[in-house]
Amino acid sequence: MDYFAQQLINGLVLGSIYGLIAIGYTMVYGIVGMINFAHGDIFMIGGFIALIAFLILVSLGLTFVPVILLLVLLVSMAVTALYGWTVERIAYRPLRQSFRLAPMLSAIGMSFVLSNYAQVAQGARVKPVPPVITGGYTLFENDGFVVRLSNIQIIVVVTTVILLAIFSWLVARTRLGRDMRACEQDQTMAALLGVDVDRTISMTFVIGAALAAVAGMMYLLYYGVIDFFMGFIAGIKAFTAAVLGGIGSLPGAMLGGLLIGLIETFWSAYFSSEYKDVAAFSILIVVLIFLPTGLLGRPEVEKV
Amino acid sequence: MARPTDTARESKAAAAPGSVAFILKKSFISAFVALVLFSLMIGVRTEAGPAGQLIYWTRFGDLAALVAAVFFGSIAIELIRGWLGPSRRVSLVPETLNSRLSGLQRFLAPALLVFALLVPVIFYEQRYMLDLGILVLTYVMLGWGLNIVVGLAGLLDLGYVAFYAVGAYAYALLAQNGLPFLEFSTASPFVSIQFLDLGNWAFWVLLPISGILAAFWGMLLGFPVLRLKGDYLAIVTLAFGEIIRLVLLNWQNVTGGPNGITGVPRPSLFGIPLTNTDDGLAARLGIEFSATHRVVLLFYLILALALLTNWVTIRLRRLPIGRAWEALREDEVACRSLGINTTTTKLTAFATGAMFGGFAGAFFATRQGFISPESFTFQESALVLAIVVLGGMGSQLGVALAAVAMIGGFELFRGLEQFRMLVFGGAMVLLMIWRPRGLIGHRAPSVYLEKPTEISSAMVKEGHG
Repeated sequence: MDYFAQQLINGLVLGSIYGLIAIGYTMVYGIVGMINFAHGDIFMIGGFIALIAFLILVSLGLTFVPVILLLVLLVSMAVTALYGWTVERIAYRPLRQSFRLAPMLSAIGMSFVLSNYAQVAQGARVKPVPPVITGGYTLFENDGFVVRLSNIQIIVVVTTVILLAIFSWLVARTRLGRDMRACEQDQTMAALLGVDVDRTISMTFVIGAALAAVAGMMYLLYYGVIDFFMGFIAGIKAFTAAVLGGIGSLPGAMLGGLLIGLIETFWSAYFSSEYKDVAAFSILIVVLIFLPTGLLGRPEVEKV
Repeated sequence: MARPTDTARESKAAAAPGSVAFILKKSFISAFVALVLFSLMIGVRTEAGPAGQLIYWTRFGDLAALVAAVFFGSIAIELIRGWLGPSRRVSLVPETLNSRLSGLQRFLAPALLVFALLVPVIFYEQRYMLDLGILVLTYVMLGWGLNIVVGLAGLLDLGYVAFYAVGAYAYALLAQNGLPFLEFSTASPFVSIQFLDLGNWAFWVLLPISGILAAFWGMLLGFPVLRLKGDYLAIVTLAFGEIIRLVLLNWQNVTGGPNGITGVPRPSLFGIPLTNTDDGLAARLGIEFSATHRVVLLFYLILALALLTNWVTIRLRRLPIGRAWEALREDEVACRSLGINTTTTKLTAFATGAMFGGFAGAFFATRQGFISPESFTFQESALVLAIVVLGGMGSQLGVALAAVAMIGGFELFRGLEQFRMLVFGGAMVLLMIWRPRGLIGHRAPSVYLEKPTEISSAMVKEGHG
């Protein structure tokens, strides 16, 4: 039971990170109808930017950790958002009228570009980060087994919840959110009614990239290591989360992320950690076969 | 009237495109974006220091050079765009050349074939060229195999490398352990599993078996994805490919895990080994033994396998099943309403494509003598898919030329190993922007009405045109 509780906590934290990435997939799929294959690598870039910004701030003499983290968060979100914008501008926008395979292949190419760019620019070796946020609380103790909730875990979950709240408000209440929902339903009609479709799609990529940057930073703080290749597997898992929750649905992405995080953690804890990725990918296949619309998704009507 | 936020039109009002002010403004914006993008990633280099702590140093020179390159590059692009005129579509291969190319195809294919047959004669002394030829032909074969699934049936498969891996591991494991069979006996336990050592015939017996096993896996993948389309299909096949790779990586006691399998048996010339022994080919023919003999054999082997793939594809296209594949690619709903069984059509496409992948895998294993999961990553799938797309999805000659261009291009970057995938990814993006239908041109369906309309692979939407 104690072991279970500890794994539950770990799984929820991991799931929050997946959920943040999954939102980027689900938004882009909802509006543009493409799998943004490069999104996992945007997440990786976000982690790298956070790492470099952190190093610079520390060497500038800043010592107050909350301020450093806030600044790192802002820098990472801003720069990674620009990456998202640039990727859309270069690789996807020219292809919007092209045949359906084109953006997908272009995205695969972009994914290679980003991961190898990080490799060339920052080297192939794994980058370790010293634990920045230490300490935590002991929830309960039983027969010598301690169930702990560390501060970083709290920070990851709280940040995710706050961002999710801000983001839900953005989509539900602001002009931009309304534009996004309009584009999701019908781009032509939205354009006729005065919605700037290009700008809305750009903003979708920007927001998705910013959230992925947060996920990248949380990953960095939580695991303490980062490498150029981590975007691929994390990306597929986050996409799995988006599909599991029902692609196009925001609460679905978060729910899917949490489920994937929990499944992966419990699989590692009770079966084998080698096959945890196999478990995640198998879930993707099983969900798509038996529940193609996901848990919270709307069924797609096939039109002739 | 110009919309306020449309940058292109907005700047048209301020400065006409092509004017110096417009170009400079655009280039400054690009350079500024590049500065922000690269400032941290390029300007600062991090590395784990000797004590495990992170150290960093700055590279402002590189950063400045890159930003300058973006600035002048975007000036150059704007100038070229202005020079080419208002036409938005920049075509790498001019239409006239394209139509002439299709006229040339009639002669190009036999010429290429004759050249391929002569390669071992011309380059007999140059081992490097022979190896490169084998590599190119392997990808030609993989491209043609994947072409059945993607080009003909219109099913986007991102996990093709899984079948390549199945073929390679099937061959390596069966050749090393022998072919299992059941032996019946009258004494208890009546049935036992024996392993038949195939000796010198290993490759020739196991090649079809590897192909059949891969085809079986193709069916296995095909069943669950029958209902999926487009992007979903792509992502499921990708996941399938990764699952196969992860299992190969983690199932240590069978596959050897990350260490792979070493000492995979080499091929023989129909039972005659190409070794420096008394029963080897060289000794039997009474000529001096040379390691090149085996390379030449491998070359002709993969050429034959690739041509087999091509021949089967061309023949299948004329059969009802091939027509059904093309119909499926153009429109699945119409296909179904015409009474075509989409289930068997899709499954046969997957199985046939996978079978050739399996053949290529068995060949790969026997050529390398060593296989490990490293060789079967997603990058391989993407490379083969890029070859098919570059070749124009469906055009046999196009795929062959694309494989030559792609692998040849990769070889050019051999010295710059770390930039290879960067360039490959960039090329894929540019290709999609400039020539989404491939460099060589696309293939129209084998049969169409006398008055050909725009129905062609141009409307391919992975099964729902």
